[in-house]
Amino acid sequence: MRTLAAGHRGLLVECDDLPEVMALHRTLQEARARDALPGVVDLVPAARTVLITFDDTASHGRVAEALAALDVRPGDDDRTDHEVEVSVTYDGDDLDEVARLSGLSVDEVVRRHSAATYRVAFTGFAPGFAYIVGGDDALVVPRRATPRTRVPRGSVALAGEFTGIYPREGPGGWQLIGRTEAPLWDLDREPPALLAPGTRVRFTRLDP
Amino acid sequence: MIEVLRAGPLTTLQDLGRPGLAHLGVGRSGAVDRPSLRLANRLVGNAEGAPALETTFGGLVLSFTEAATVAVAGAPAPLCVDGRAHASCTPVTVRAGQVLELGMPARGVRTYLALRGGVACELVLGSAATDLLSRLGPAPLRDGDTVALGRPAGPMPGVDHAAVAPLPDEVVLRAVPGPRADWFTADSLTRLGRAAYEVTAASDRIGLRLEGPALTRQRTHELPSEGMVEGAVQVPPDGRPVIFLADHPVTGGYPVVAVVHPDDVALAAQARPGQPLRFALHRPLL
Repeated sequence: MRTLAAGHRGLLVECDDLPEVMALHRTLQEARARDALPGVVDLVPAARTVLITFDDTASHGRVAEALAALDVRPGDDDRTDHEVEVSVTYDGDDLDEVARLSGLSVDEVVRRHSAATYRVAFTGFAPGFAYIVGGDDALVVPRRATPRTRVPRGSVALAGEFTGIYPREGPGGWQLIGRTEAPLWDLDREPPALLAPGTRVRFTRLDP
Repeated sequence: MIEVLRAGPLTTLQDLGRPGLAHLGVGRSGAVDRPSLRLANRLVGNAEGAPALETTFGGLVLSFTEAATVAVAGAPAPLCVDGRAHASCTPVTVRAGQVLELGMPARGVRTYLALRGGVACELVLGSAATDLLSRLGPAPLRDGDTVALGRPAGPMPGVDHAAVAPLPDEVVLRAVPGPRADWFTADSLTRLGRAAYEVTAASDRIGLRLEGPALTRQRTHELPSEGMVEGAVQVPPDGRPVIFLADHPVTGGYPVVAVVHPDDVALAAQARPGQPLRFALHRPLL
């Protein structure tokens, strides 16, 4: 791990890979829950980094010290992470393209996507949008060459190593494989996001 | 109650936003110029973070059906109540039936109008802030909307005017390099610290977009998306820096060459299109 200053109130921690990011974020969250990270405002996991922002009661030195005192153990904690089941109707417009790119039949794409177990790595792009990892290696596909200007809400899509679900209609460049009615973002719920970093996810196939 | 006769170019409800939710994809949002929001609230005896109106280039006309005490701070815009001029940064009493007009500021962009008691509204994730990127919080005000007053939380302060520094002709923002300064050529960093930039009209609550010398990258591969802070100077492929303000995205995929000092973000928030802007680049923090 390498730490970089992100201005006067931020420390950007670079990790070797995504599993390390997820382990670090989990450890930081636990530390914050037991008040071991005074002054910390936000913990923002991403693809290779965790950003720690803090208020003027903390400093880079103090946060780095607290960070060094943490025991970051790789791996997941299946005892504490809750699991979400997402029912998917696999009829996305890019299903044929994903099948072609992966060299599999459409049926096999669907079978593999719904057989794997997943975990939310991080969020971003829009409230409720989660970058979900753990899928079958054969289903690692690039983004579309030309993004769509309108992707329907609830679209289940692939890009790189990630599965994502669009919480609302908007532009997007991911390969659409299906759709779900799962309530991804609900302001009347605490927390409003169905999928938070660390959440385990299973995709189950709904018959169209 | 208060009726919005004219909402102006963009008037939103803002407070101190929603810190602490970035891991869910929710940014802080809130007032772009937080010190001015705090000041306007203090002048009417509110908690500093009470919801207030953030206007963009003024243009706000309000009709009061009940008496209220108000104060404006931020970009100094002409304030009139029933045609009579009042000073900024001063508590002003508005009687029932009077009309308040906030004109176009001569300097700066955003003027905050605080109402004693704050604005009563439904909070979203603990905040009244309108986040234009995430589309959270109340919609921007429109002509004909009504605004409800909240309850005063404390006594009026014993001051009738707050002195504030005038907004500068040329905006100079202190900044520190990083976290991705090493993705740019040494020349580019020198340029960033010396060049005269100009604020463009494409600037908004998300970021201040600058015109000027492009910064050149020495690392050209794609940066995996990473967390972004307020004041981050992000450099998209065209090389023209963007300074992230209150509604900035939680993560971004372009490298951040420098970060503006937290105390100078409010200055950036008041920089007008066409205004010259420079960075005073300090030594790296780590």
